[in-house]
Amino acid sequence: MGTQATAAEAREKPGLGQVLHDTRFVFWREMLLPLRDPFSLIFSLIQPLVFLGLFGPLLGAAVGAPAFGGQSTLQWFLPGVVVMIALFGTSMTGSNLQYELMTGFYERILATPLSRSSLMIGRALKEWAPLVVQGLLIALVCIPFGFVFYPLHVLLGLIILGIFGIGLGALSYALALVSQNKEWIFWGVQQTLLFPLMILSGIMLPIEAGPAWMKTASLFNPLTYLVNAERELFAGGVGTDTLLGLLAASVTAAVGLVVGVKAINRNLN
Amino acid sequence: MIHTEKLTKNFTVKKETVEAVKGVDIDVAPGELVAFLGPNGAGKSTTLRMLTTLLRPTSGTASVAGVDVTADPAGVRARIGYIGQGNGGGHSFRVIDELVMQGRFYGMNSSDALARAHELLTSLDLADLSKRTVVKLSGGQRRRMDVALGLMHSPRLLFLDEPSTGMDPQNRANLWEHIMRMRAEHGTTIVLTTHYMDEADSMSERVIIIDHGHIIADDTAGRLKANLAGDLLAVEVAAGSASGVRGLLGRAAAGGEVSENSYDGVVRFRLRLPEGARLAPALLKEMDDAGAPAQSLELKPPTLDDVFLELTGRNLREGANR
Repeated sequence: MGTQATAAEAREKPGLGQVLHDTRFVFWREMLLPLRDPFSLIFSLIQPLVFLGLFGPLLGAAVGAPAFGGQSTLQWFLPGVVVMIALFGTSMTGSNLQYELMTGFYERILATPLSRSSLMIGRALKEWAPLVVQGLLIALVCIPFGFVFYPLHVLLGLIILGIFGIGLGALSYALALVSQNKEWIFWGVQQTLLFPLMILSGIMLPIEAGPAWMKTASLFNPLTYLVNAERELFAGGVGTDTLLGLLAASVTAAVGLVVGVKAINRNLN
Repeated sequence: MIHTEKLTKNFTVKKETVEAVKGVDIDVAPGELVAFLGPNGAGKSTTLRMLTTLLRPTSGTASVAGVDVTADPAGVRARIGYIGQGNGGGHSFRVIDELVMQGRFYGMNSSDALARAHELLTSLDLADLSKRTVVKLSGGQRRRMDVALGLMHSPRLLFLDEPSTGMDPQNRANLWEHIMRMRAEHGTTIVLTTHYMDEADSMSERVIIIDHGHIIADDTAGRLKANLAGDLLAVEVAAGSASGVRGLLGRAAAGGEVSENSYDGVVRFRLRLPEGARLAPALLKEMDDAGAPAQSLELKPPTLDDVFLELTGRNLREGANR
């Protein structure tokens, strides 16, 4: 056996640096799919516009402007749409994995020295990345309709969504692993959880308009803090709501990664 | 390169404990080419998966490329290559992209990874397919891509789990040619599992036979066959003189069974004769001397299947569920 160490053997010990390093490549591999076939991205741009164009006017007419705390309907609704796209995208992280569990891909990746966290973070970020383009595009489209665009605030909002997306993506990844060979469980759980969480966060309709128990329930929903933070940021403010949103996103990320790594390791037994 | 002590794996299936691997001791030296041979369900893949850190041992220890599999699984993974039973390429990805990213996962820089990928694609006859998506490859092409993926980072120790299962003979031969060439060029240590006894026989220098989670034999294929099976000898003598050689053949079989059947005035004896090729001429002479000259003789060298039959009383193809 030669004494010359290969590149892989010279890797640092697992740590944050290694996770970031590995995440870069996992993310980059995933990004090759949309980059090689950009058509998929075009469709993902249409979806939020449909929501804004068709749901927004109805919302304004049905609920009335006073419910939005003095903001225009658009200013209130747009951040919600952005959160919703992030939610749909990153909660799907596990669905691609499901397919790859059936082929030998997942096993091949597990046999590489890549850190376990990076497998989930890289994939969650791939689902989040189009959001940057989507978010900026819908913001620009809405400017003529009275939306006031604060670029730096929106950017910070997207970063917070990215942190949240890592957590949700990791949970989705774990769900795919747990429901291995039973795909319907993955979809059942994902759909069953997603909609109540969305409605109880006030994404679509203001929660203030609902009964007291709903308002109480929304306080236990991390998504509520996220939506509030985005609304504050999109309106050009940075304050308590932003901080609480960042906190909720960080907690979600931490919990998601712990659960995700546990799920990966559980499969080794 | 590999050292295990009492390596054990239990699975819990429906609240029942299944002992898949029951305390195996394995030593593999650098540069060796070792095959784990056994029927389906014998525990050979489970053993391989413990050595590659894809499964955690229930008890016992294993050191792979100088690193303990339990204490530092990531360190093991950085030092080995693994080609599993399934196809490793992502279906919608291009062949070249998957290879380059695999190299990047192992810490190669992008120009090295690209050069290595093209080198492997050429040597595995995949050069024309580099921009094709994986889903459009044929079964044999995908398997060769798996080999390319496993070799991207030029590991010094390579594990292959059932590498040629489902391949046609030509592709199998091709695959082996590449593995053997790589071994000759880089001195790679290779450990593989197979349930094709002819593959273990012709390709490996050393065969570890696993059955019901135990190692039941560990030697070169040649010695296993010579020591455990012996050549299969069939001799025919005229029916009238058969009684004169029965004792003689019984002694030659050294305690083994001598079967006989008669037809058309001839008796056909069949027995296992250790070192048959060397001993047969003398045996023929003794038969002549006993007044029962052989009218025909057939001598078949043993196979690893015969070895397995001798060790377990079962045929390799019958599987482990008996």
